[in-house]
Amino acid sequence: MDYLRLASIVSAAFAVAFGALGPALAEGRAVAAAMEAIARQPEAANTISRTLFVGLAMIETTAIYCLVIALLLLFANPLLV
Amino acid sequence: MMSPLNSVVLYQLGPIPITQAVVTTWGIMIVLVVGAFLLTRRLDLVPTRRQAALELVVVTLDSQITETSGARPGPYRSFIGTLFLFILVANWSSLIPGVEPPTAHLETDAALAALVFVSVIWFGIVGDGVGGYLKSFAAPNPVMIPLNILQSLTRVFSMFVRLFGNVMSGVFVIGIVASLAGLLVPIPLMALDLLTGLVQAYIFAVLALVFISSTIKDGQPEAPETPTKKEI
Repeated sequence: MDYLRLASIVSAAFAVAFGALGPALAEGRAVAAAMEAIARQPEAANTISRTLFVGLAMIETTAIYCLVIALLLLFANPLLV
Repeated sequence: MMSPLNSVVLYQLGPIPITQAVVTTWGIMIVLVVGAFLLTRRLDLVPTRRQAALELVVVTLDSQITETSGARPGPYRSFIGTLFLFILVANWSSLIPGVEPPTAHLETDAALAALVFVSVIWFGIVGDGVGGYLKSFAAPNPVMIPLNILQSLTRVFSMFVRLFGNVMSGVFVIGIVASLAGLLVPIPLMALDLLTGLVQAYIFAVLALVFISSTIKDGQPEAPETPTKKEI
C-alpha cells in the first residue's frame, strides 16, 4: 500500500470539502445582506448587485485556492515523482 | 485522466512549443479583429440595426466604467472592453465541440493578469506621473508600503487563479459528467458554465478597473471631498 498516494488523495478531498464550507457560509451571508439592502432600497439595486458580484468573487477565491491545492496534490504532487 | 495543469503541445515552432490553448487564442483573436473590422465599416449618423446593436454594447460598457470608477470612460474603454470581450469569447468558446477554452489553462490567465499588472503601472504613471504613482504605495500612510507592494502582486495572482479555477473546474466537471452519462445530462451544467463564464469575464474586467482607478486615486494629491464622487 502506497501511503503517500493515499494520504494525498484523502487530503485533496478534505481540502475541497472544508475549503467549500467557509466560502459557502460567507456567500450566504453576503447574498442575504444584499437582498435585504435591495428590498429596502430598490433604486440602489444596480450598485448593490455590482458590489455584491465583486465581493462574491473575492470570497469565492478562497474556495478556488483550495481547489487548486487539491489539483496540485492530485496531478502535480512534488512528493510523488 | 488528463491533468488540467498540463497542456497539449500541437507542434513545435523552432524551440517554442505551440499548445492547443495558443492556437485557440489565435482563432479567437482573428474572430474578434475581423469581426470588429467588418462590423464597424460604413458607420453612419443614422444607425443601421447592426450599428445600433454595437452602440448599445459600447454605451453599456461606458456606463459600467463610469459607475465603477467614477472616471470618464475614454482612456479605459479599449483596454477594459477588450479584456471583457476576449475573456467572454474565450469562456464561451467551449460551446464549439472539440474546443477547450484557453482560459482553462494557467498560461493564458497568467498572461491576462500580467497585462493587468502592467496596465495598473501604465495608467498610474499616465494619470499621476511617476512621483504620483510611487506615492500611491504610501497610501494611506507610509507604514503600509511593504503591504501595498505585496498587495499589488497578490491581487494579480488571485485574479489569475480565480479565472483559471472557475473556467477549468467548469470544463473539468463537464468532462467527468460527460464520461459518466454522455447524452443530455451535461446540458444543465453547460448552461451553468455559460453563466460562470459571463460572470467571470465581468468580474475580471471590473477588478482590473477597480485596481487601476484605486491606484490613480491614491496617487493624487490630497483633494477636498468632491460632492459628485461616485461610490465604488
